[in-house]
Formats: sequence, structure tokens, C-alpha cells
Amino acid sequence: MKLTDLFREGEFVITSEVAPPKGTDTAEMIENAELLKSRVNAINLTDQQSSVMRLGSLAASRLLKAGGIEPIFQMTCRDRNRIALQSDLLSAWALGVENLLCLTGDHVSLGDFPDAKAVFDLDSVSLLAAAKGLNEGADMAGNELAGKTDFCLGAVVTPGADPVELQLIKMEKKIAAGAEFFQTQAVFDAEAFARFMERAKSFGVPVMAGIILLKSPGMARFMNKNVAGVHVPDPLIDEMKSSEDRPATSVEIAARLIREIKGICQGVHVMPLGWEARVPAVLDAAGL
Amino acid sequence: MLITVRKPIQEIMGFLAGERAVFLLGCDGCAAASGTGGEPEILELKGDLEAEGIEVTGWKVVDFLCQKALIRTSLRPFSEPLARADSIVVSTCGIGIQASATVVDKAVHPACNTISLGGIRGEWQGEERCAECGQCFLEFTAGICPLTACAKGLVNGPCGGAVDGCCEVEPETRRCAWDVIYERLERQGRLDLLRSSPVQIKDFAQMRPPSAIRGTRRWAIDMAVTEGETR
Repeated sequence: MKLTDLFREGEFVITSEVAPPKGTDTAEMIENAELLKSRVNAINLTDQQSSVMRLGSLAASRLLKAGGIEPIFQMTCRDRNRIALQSDLLSAWALGVENLLCLTGDHVSLGDFPDAKAVFDLDSVSLLAAAKGLNEGADMAGNELAGKTDFCLGAVVTPGADPVELQLIKMEKKIAAGAEFFQTQAVFDAEAFARFMERAKSFGVPVMAGIILLKSPGMARFMNKNVAGVHVPDPLIDEMKSSEDRPATSVEIAARLIREIKGICQGVHVMPLGWEARVPAVLDAAGL
Repeated sequence: MLITVRKPIQEIMGFLAGERAVFLLGCDGCAAASGTGGEPEILELKGDLEAEGIEVTGWKVVDFLCQKALIRTSLRPFSEPLARADSIVVSTCGIGIQASATVVDKAVHPACNTISLGGIRGEWQGEERCAECGQCFLEFTAGICPLTACAKGLVNGPCGGAVDGCCEVEPETRRCAWDVIYERLERQGRLDLLRSSPVQIKDFAQMRPPSAIRGTRRWAIDMAVTEGETR
């Protein structure tokens, strides 16, 4: 099932994500995906996020698919050159993966192998172009494929980046290269997101707002200081600080955000970061 | 200008396993400026090696160790100490070490690491660096090269990891290259260039020297002088 089919039918699309394990024990990953299964359309499998070496997102995508859960295969350009990237795309299609999310990827210096060679032979834009080429039956060199792919191509955008103009320009470049839907970096400020969507809607490509479950005031302050383009407004931090039941407040904040923005975007992408079990409550409270 | 730092003496001693006597070579060019290849540093290296029980049969600081003809003439008076040495320890950049190894027909040990400057710079030193990619696209990037200025070498726009205009990899010392490109184009009223520029996909084959250049007379003369005199 392709996300583009759902958008075409006018559905408000819901996705979430799980992280493959550091090791071969996939039980917890599968368990987390099962918690989300009945409430989301598809689940992203992160590609060694923060440059921390883990089980691969392609294998994890296949495991979810086998369990009846629609995977979104995240692919970064940090670890593979164009030969390996294209090869893995062919492999993914052969294994039944239909949805792709193309990213540049974090720098290796952020992870547990800062001494590794950072590849970045391609980037998010040229990876989208390469994937589109495979969909059309030819590799990057123009060689004809014996059997082509037919991926639904996704990309990411950061609505809160400064300058936002540069994000919008890159968003346009991604669309021109083949992007058919976007998942955004975490949104905490509905008004700022509305201003972004005012500009982005003219592109005519579905945008899914990123929603992170706040766990504590400290987490919010950490993100404000360290995560590019993410800003948790002070009133939300105060709300978490004064809360006597933080999980309940977290669910309430996420649900309220979704209610505020669901009219101006085409879906949400919920990043539970370990709170998978609370996602159904968020969606209930958001009326989804 | 190439910047070098000396390797720890333990690492150099590891290279000398089984050897008893060495000749030292320094360089009065970039290495002297880096504090690794000038006379004081060669004498310091001599002291360090002698303290480890290695005999230093002689030493010479050549004006430029990247100049093979100069190495050859500079070493003529040293044939005896060179012959007595098991090997040569060279305290300079990777180019000088290679040039010395070509001229002197003996085992050569590097005493330095050459520090990356992230691409070559102009003769008049500035922060602008060129990766010699062979497909200049400065036309589309406001005259700022993201291949050398961006930590990831991204050629189609920023990764989104910059915080307050600074690179997430080295926030203290590195501006986001694409932020700087954006600022310049905005100031010049040329932001449309970013939208209209074609998707860049680098041809890394062009980052190797073209065979046409390997075949030139200049390259050939260099090879002939080198090979002719050492064989």
C-alpha cells in the first residue's frame, strides 16, 4: 500500500516510527510496532538515527511487512555510495517495500563511530532523483533495468528552520527531484506551522506534521538548545513543569497540537521515542 | 602551506624496530613554520631518538623537501653518514616524505602527520578552499564552495542540522556553508538562483588527475628526472 494512494483518496494519513535494535533481538521493535499497528497507516524504520550503528532499516522494513504492517523504509546517504544506495533500493522493492523516505543523514561525528568515513556521495535531493529514475526503469547511469521499482517517494522538511526560505527552496528542489509527500521535523507551535503551510501548500504535495511526545520539561529545553529547527514554546514547558501527571499532560499537549493543525496539513507523523503505548491515547484525544 | 604535527616518539620507535642508526631530514619550508621540520625540531628529534638508544649518523634541514633536485644536491656532502644509516627519518609533510623516499634509495620513516586543511588554498592564504573537483559549480553557490565549506560536502542545499547558522558538527568554529551562501545571494537579490540551479550530482571520477595531464611534458620531465637519477 502506497501512501500516495491514501492521499489521493483524501485520507488524513497517520504514520509513526520505530527504531531497529542495537543487536539482533527484534522483539521489542516488533512489540512497539504492534502497539501502533491498528492505529496508523504505516510505520517508519529509522536508518541508524544519530549515526548510531544498528540493525538495518531494510531488514526491519521487511520484518514489519511480513507481520502485516506497512513499512516506510528510511534511507540516508551517510553510509553508502550511489552503487550501494541504488542496489538497496532494488533489494527493497524485491522484498515488498513500497514507501521510501529519503534523507541526507546525520554526520558520523554525532554517533558511536565518529572515526568512520562519512560518504555523502549523494544527498537527499539526488537520492530522490535516483529513486525516481529507478521507478522509471533506469539507473543513474541511464542503464535499463530488467524490472523496475514503483516506490512512493517521501522526503523531510523542517518548518521551524531559520531561514525558512532556504527550507522552502530545498523543498521545491526535492519535489522537482521526485518527492511525493513530506514528513516534517517536530512541530510544537501551531501558529508558526500555519505560517509555513501558507507557503508550502502552493507546492501541492501532501505534508505530514511531525509530532513528538514531550516527556519532561528537560527534554523540551534540550531540544530547544540542540535540535535544529525545533522550538518548544515556554507555555508548553511550563505546562509540563507544573503537571502532576506528566504522561497525561504529554498526551494532552500532542493531541491539542494535532487538533489545531489537522485542518491545514494532510497527515501527522508521530514520533513516540519509547512512548509507543501512549500513541493510541493521543490519537483518541485528537479525534483521529 | 601544509601543516604538520610530529608523531609521538613511541610511534616513530615502532617504525625503527630492529634498526640501530638513522639519518634525519628536516625541511625549512612549511614544516619549519609548523614547528616540525626546522633545525631546532630536528635537534629535538635527534635528542629523543638518542635517548631511546638510536644512533643518529647525521642530519640535514633542506630548504624545501618538496623539491627533489634540491634534496639531491643538499645530500651530496652526506654520502658517508647516509651509507651508515639503516634508514632515514623525515620530519615534514607527506609530499616531502614521498620526495625524500624517491631521491634516497633507503627505507624512509615519517616523523610527522600532515593535517587536513580540507582542500587546497590559494598562494595568498585565505579561508577559501578548492577540492579540485574538476566540475566547478561556484556559479550556483554565490562563489562559496559547499564541497569544502560544508562538513558533509552537500551540493544541493543544507542538511537542516545547523543551529543559529552554525554547523552541527563544529558549532564553535564553523558557519553553515549554505547559510552563508543564502545570506550572500539574499543580499545580492539573487535567491532565485538556488531554485533554478540544476540538481548537482558530482562525478567523482573527475576528482582524479585526467590521464591527459598525466601524459603532459611537465609531468613526464618530473618523472624522468626522478627515475633517471635514482635507478
